[in-house]
Amino acid sequence: MAHSSYYVPHTAKWPIVGSVGLFIFMVGAANWLNQGPTGPWLFALGAAIILVMIFGWFADVIRESQGGLYNQAVDISFRHGMIWFIFSEVMFFAAFFGALFYARVLSVPWLGGEGTGAMTNALLYPGFEAVWPTHGPAALGGDFQTIPGFGLPLLNTLILLTSGVTITLAHWALKRAQRGALVFWMVATIVLALIFLSIQSYEYVHAYRDLGLTLGSGIYGSTFFMLTGFHGLHVIIGTLMLIVITIRCAFGHFSKKNHFGFEAAAWYWHFVDVVWLGLFIFVYVI
Amino acid sequence: MSQDTTAHHDDHHDAHHPTGLARWLFSTNHKEIGTMYLVFSLAMFLVGGAMALIIRAELFAPGLQLVNPEFFNQMTTMHALVMIFGAVMPAFVGLANWMVPLMIGAPDMALPRMNNWSFWILPFAFTLLLATLFMPSGGPSSGWTLYPPLSLQGGNSLAFVILAIHLMGISSIMGAINIIATILNMRAPGMTLLRMPLFVWTWLITAFLLIAVMPVLAGAVTMLLTDRFFGTSFFNAAGGGDPVLYQHIFWFFGHPEVYILILPAFGIVSEIIPTFSRKQLFGYTSMVYATASIAFLSFIVWAHHMFTVGMPLGAMLFFMYATMVIAVPTGVKIFNWVATMWRGSMTFETPMLFALGFVVLFTIGGLSGLMLAIVPANFQYHDTYFVVAHFHYVLVTGAVFAIMAAVYYWLPKWTGHMYNEKLGKIHFWWSTIWVNVLFFPQHYLGLAGMPRRIPDYAVQFAEFNMISTIGGFMYGFGQLLFVYIIWQCVRGGEKATAQVWEGARGLEWTVPSPAPLHTFDTPPLVDDSVAVHKDTLA
Repeated sequence: MAHSSYYVPHTAKWPIVGSVGLFIFMVGAANWLNQGPTGPWLFALGAAIILVMIFGWFADVIRESQGGLYNQAVDISFRHGMIWFIFSEVMFFAAFFGALFYARVLSVPWLGGEGTGAMTNALLYPGFEAVWPTHGPAALGGDFQTIPGFGLPLLNTLILLTSGVTITLAHWALKRAQRGALVFWMVATIVLALIFLSIQSYEYVHAYRDLGLTLGSGIYGSTFFMLTGFHGLHVIIGTLMLIVITIRCAFGHFSKKNHFGFEAAAWYWHFVDVVWLGLFIFVYVI
Repeated sequence: MSQDTTAHHDDHHDAHHPTGLARWLFSTNHKEIGTMYLVFSLAMFLVGGAMALIIRAELFAPGLQLVNPEFFNQMTTMHALVMIFGAVMPAFVGLANWMVPLMIGAPDMALPRMNNWSFWILPFAFTLLLATLFMPSGGPSSGWTLYPPLSLQGGNSLAFVILAIHLMGISSIMGAINIIATILNMRAPGMTLLRMPLFVWTWLITAFLLIAVMPVLAGAVTMLLTDRFFGTSFFNAAGGGDPVLYQHIFWFFGHPEVYILILPAFGIVSEIIPTFSRKQLFGYTSMVYATASIAFLSFIVWAHHMFTVGMPLGAMLFFMYATMVIAVPTGVKIFNWVATMWRGSMTFETPMLFALGFVVLFTIGGLSGLMLAIVPANFQYHDTYFVVAHFHYVLVTGAVFAIMAAVYYWLPKWTGHMYNEKLGKIHFWWSTIWVNVLFFPQHYLGLAGMPRRIPDYAVQFAEFNMISTIGGFMYGFGQLLFVYIIWQCVRGGEKATAQVWEGARGLEWTVPSPAPLHTFDTPPLVDDSVAVHKDTLA
């Protein structure tokens, strides 16, 4: 019975390290936000401890996996873990997409006097017209221009979609045990990811410096930067995953049959890809 | 090779088990982690209870008596956060940790290291949260819902509270992922989905709810954080945002959260009533479907928490009717519990008493919920003590009573000793009488118009408030008896048998009491003779 040899580690030293790291990180972040002098230092210390924890924890898991301690059932548990983690990430983005839809479909038209908002508009914000993009009746953040969808964002869409193809090619290579092709396509995926991130950074600088579009540009700036920003953060995390997996591929880890670590990173990469499609359509184009 | 490592692994199971603090800090064992969750929960229950007593003491008589209004508001805010995220949720996760592997015949949780992390984030999260009370600007005072713009106008506590909520969310999500993975992947051969005990079923659905909505709460409070510190305008109408947006996002989390707090309680009661009625649960399959229906409906009723905020008429009608529909699956459950008892050979040990108290008193809370669902009536009841009475009936005599029932029910399995039955019964009757003295008058206060979250009130509310406060203190101090009974049972007492209760069925009663550190290393074979419920579809 595969079940009987389910691997249960005796003790775990990394979780408590992670908890202490998270605690210091959060205390630092809160202090920093409140202009406390120790804030940035604690923040950095906490982040460093968390990084050490992640590195150490994954190193343990990789060692155990390479040592053959995991059976089929453990593999399935990891798959559940990753799937449900990605689902939680989807719901996190859903909150921000929800905010975007609510503003565009409901609250901005109400401010402009539609429906029950007639008196709000007449008494509080006379003359405010509901258009999108908007920075609100008080024109917060000053005049701004938006980034047209069918320019760099379209290019970025193509880059991310292509990276979805290259990682699949890498997967096929892995399943055919073609180590050279595997590493090649993984490196190609990482290069595409880095190009995407460079274009996004360029776009942010351009928005702040030339377009007057900032996080403070009312509800448009808020939704634009929070959605693309959290997406960018997830692309960075995904890229780090891809880099680690590529290094492991180069070291000869993973077999034709047994390569869940690779698949988890690939799933995550497809997830950031799909989120981007939502962003491209609802933030940039429509 | 793999057999080799297995044998090696088993040899070293107990030989090197760490002792002292290391045993708890580094534990990967579902029973030890479950115990830590339950102890933590009990501690937070007492902390949150002390805050409740400060609130009740202030409300004993009209006028400002003991604390200043700012501190009173901090107490109402913190009481809720501590009780929801610190007491009730960790208690259910602790029960799941202890019982789910035992009930499905698994050797441990699916992801044992992550299990440790889920727990050990919590003490740090609550240190962060509770520390705000000692800061110069005090703790959060906007109510646990943190509605903007009020919550954005407080002192330094906001950043700490939001980051503490993030930590709690990380903990909950990881705990929920672990429970789902365990239930879906670690069941013993023959333990089909429709043979699972109802506690396992309700937790499976609860875990799904947790993963679906905790990230939404994280999103909502992140928007608060950026509105306060980074100049965004999500909730600022001047920038084109809307404070009402926060309420929508918050309650999209908040209503499923309410069911996160009650579905495992349904599961517990569905375990206990059959045992002490010596009958199978009536309508097992309908219980599963009712639970799933309630979970589904929880996603489409959120705006009933905010009827007075100003919404299109169509939205109000939709949310009113959707809310009332919840009464159908809930009614199915209550019918099934009563039908299980019908013609059973019932006995009334403490777990059964608490379960029965749950059925009766939770139903009262459910009915006041129906009253609140009616939009025109809600306009009158909103933000009054009627709401306070309603959710304390479902959360105290609902969730907390179920947790207490579960503790009495499984304590002999955990400790190997029977608790003191006489004291248990006294604890039940004491709690039931005083909790009603505490909360029932609040219905009248609310209907008469007393607003919630206000430290002072008009003199016509004096008598009922006085009665309520007396009930509060009697109920509150009565819980020290609960602590004593647990302590006594851990220390010693009559030896418990493996089955513990005459009518108990299911895998958890096939292992010795106390359950050894490692159980079901070799999975049991489950068929209809062992399973709590016969799988009619298998």
